[in-house]
Amino acid sequence: MAKTLFDKVWDNHVVDYIPNGPSIIYIDKHLIHEVTSPQAFAGLNNRNIKVYRPDRTVATADHNVPTIDQHLPIKETLSRNQVETLTKNCKEHNIDLFGLGHKYQGIVHVIGPELGITQPGMTIVCGDSHTSTHGAFGSIAFGIGTSEVEMVLSTQCILQNKPKKMLIKIDGELNNGVYSKDIILYIISKISASGGTGYFVEYSGSAIQSLSMEARMTICNMSIEMGARGGIIAPDDITFEYIKGKKFAPKGDEFEESVRSWKKLKSDNGAKYDKILEFEASDIEPMITYGTNPGMGIKINESIPEKSLNSSNESYNKSLKYMGLSIGDQLLNKKIDYVFIGSCTNSRIEDLRIASNLIKGKKKADHVNAWVIPGSKSVEKVAIDEGLDQIFKNAGFEFRQPGCSACLAMNEDKIPKEKYCISTSNRNFEGRQGPGARTFLASPATAALSAINGFITDIRNN
Amino acid sequence: MEKFKQFDSTIMPLNIENIDTDQIIPARFLKAITRDGFGDNLFRDWRYDSNNKLIKDFELNRIQNNSKILLAGRNFGCGSSREHAAWAIYDYGYRVVVSSFFADIFKNNALNNGLLVIQLDEEKIKHIFEKVNKDLNILFNVNLKNQTFSSYDGDLKETFEINEYNKTCLINGYDNIDYLLSQKEKILNFESRNEK
Repeated sequence: MAKTLFDKVWDNHVVDYIPNGPSIIYIDKHLIHEVTSPQAFAGLNNRNIKVYRPDRTVATADHNVPTIDQHLPIKETLSRNQVETLTKNCKEHNIDLFGLGHKYQGIVHVIGPELGITQPGMTIVCGDSHTSTHGAFGSIAFGIGTSEVEMVLSTQCILQNKPKKMLIKIDGELNNGVYSKDIILYIISKISASGGTGYFVEYSGSAIQSLSMEARMTICNMSIEMGARGGIIAPDDITFEYIKGKKFAPKGDEFEESVRSWKKLKSDNGAKYDKILEFEASDIEPMITYGTNPGMGIKINESIPEKSLNSSNESYNKSLKYMGLSIGDQLLNKKIDYVFIGSCTNSRIEDLRIASNLIKGKKKADHVNAWVIPGSKSVEKVAIDEGLDQIFKNAGFEFRQPGCSACLAMNEDKIPKEKYCISTSNRNFEGRQGPGARTFLASPATAALSAINGFITDIRNN
Repeated sequence: MEKFKQFDSTIMPLNIENIDTDQIIPARFLKAITRDGFGDNLFRDWRYDSNNKLIKDFELNRIQNNSKILLAGRNFGCGSSREHAAWAIYDYGYRVVVSSFFADIFKNNALNNGLLVIQLDEEKIKHIFEKVNKDLNILFNVNLKNQTFSSYDGDLKETFEINEYNKTCLINGYDNIDYLLSQKEKILNFESRNEK
């Protein structure tokens, strides 16, 4: 029978089927971090068992770490305790930890791919919903809760119902000024923040195939923002070229052999999907969100619509009130207070290159606070080697140290109440970037140029 | 996990859609290393203002009915995979969340913690909201064994879906990890087939 890419990878990992229940799925790589793992380790300790496959487990500290003075002890007691607990747990259970100060430390979904840990055909989980990022390599990757983290730590397996399959196909050539962030914000605006719930999404089409690996990661990363468990893209030469030479990737003959098997990872002709959506690349323009879920997005020069898909009037009005906006408002030229370039969605070296290239030799507007948070120590190093940090600093941006930072505002990096932040992250939920913070999601290009002007800017007009 | 027993309760109506896990428990309260006490910060920024003063017209503050059933708008639990959201809801005292639509990860997290999720048609949910808004004291019965959700005034008797495995686990308080550990041999076989 013709199989989808998702079916192939899933079927390769089924240990057993439980009648009238979920399947037991084997996990190739388990990524862990300080926030969603401590209770899982406590569970193992209560049962007096050790991590079953520490060699398939990789840890980093990213969610609550400070982004300045990382060489000093973490000031905030609770955060420090979580990071120290992770260190202790990794030591006790013999797990590789890329903790603060380590040259490989960084946001878990940035380091997996850049270290070659993420490879096609794998199953990858992490106690973080943006694990979907790794699907860009043709792997099945999804976020899990802490009880599931405990399952994987103790047995390298997870109980999971097989999701339905959706194909999203985007053909054609992308317009100037359109980045992969705009593609995914466009899709979510078309199907809403719940349009993908129950599905695993495969992205295909010439517009997707033309993208770099980092751009593909941005798309898969935000699959969860339409409710989909994950996104997956068939690996191709761009994928293999990206993986080649990475620290933990196969080397030499082993690499060539891997590529031969990875090339089989694509959907068969005639494979069945539960749902198929098609979009034209030429319809996509630079996007921005105006509300409090990622489905509330518009083309940057549009005005706020009268309603949004799958939202009642009450919820819609509550959302606009929180944002301090009204139906019919234009976002273009709206004054902003903060700019955040970072997060597992858009903090990779390409993002920093795009942003720095647009602002080179310019100065940010006086009233704007602009933060650049590289996704990892490796990204930070390349940015410094290429002089990108200086471009940002000369423009008045703060170039900080790696971590999740103001994407979820667990550390000190918070946007103050009622301040507007144009952010390259993935969620515009109420309070996500700090209590009362107001978030506009956009691409790194839109964010960077808006910082220069001090107001929301259409990069095509600059 | 505690065994799930049938019970009667009033309903806490929260007629908001797309309630994400950041609203259920904001990230700044995720710094604990145990599972306890998250109920104190359930819906923190909807229950309290920036000066930690109670926001009186928010449903959980306005309605004092000791409910064990939370009724919410569609797409409940979207966003972050934080299981702390399920812990917070359970710790606050709810044993069931009823909605027309749940986010996938939240659903798993809830079931893994003995919190039942009941999904009903949008129209039914609307009807229950209207009903409860008229009379907050109406009692409802949740019976997992029979998979029924009904009101004592006789107006509502719904059956809901749940797979046999999850149902058995909830009713008996079984633990997934015990189950997986008991499957060690199959896992070892899988590994020897697949690892060169």
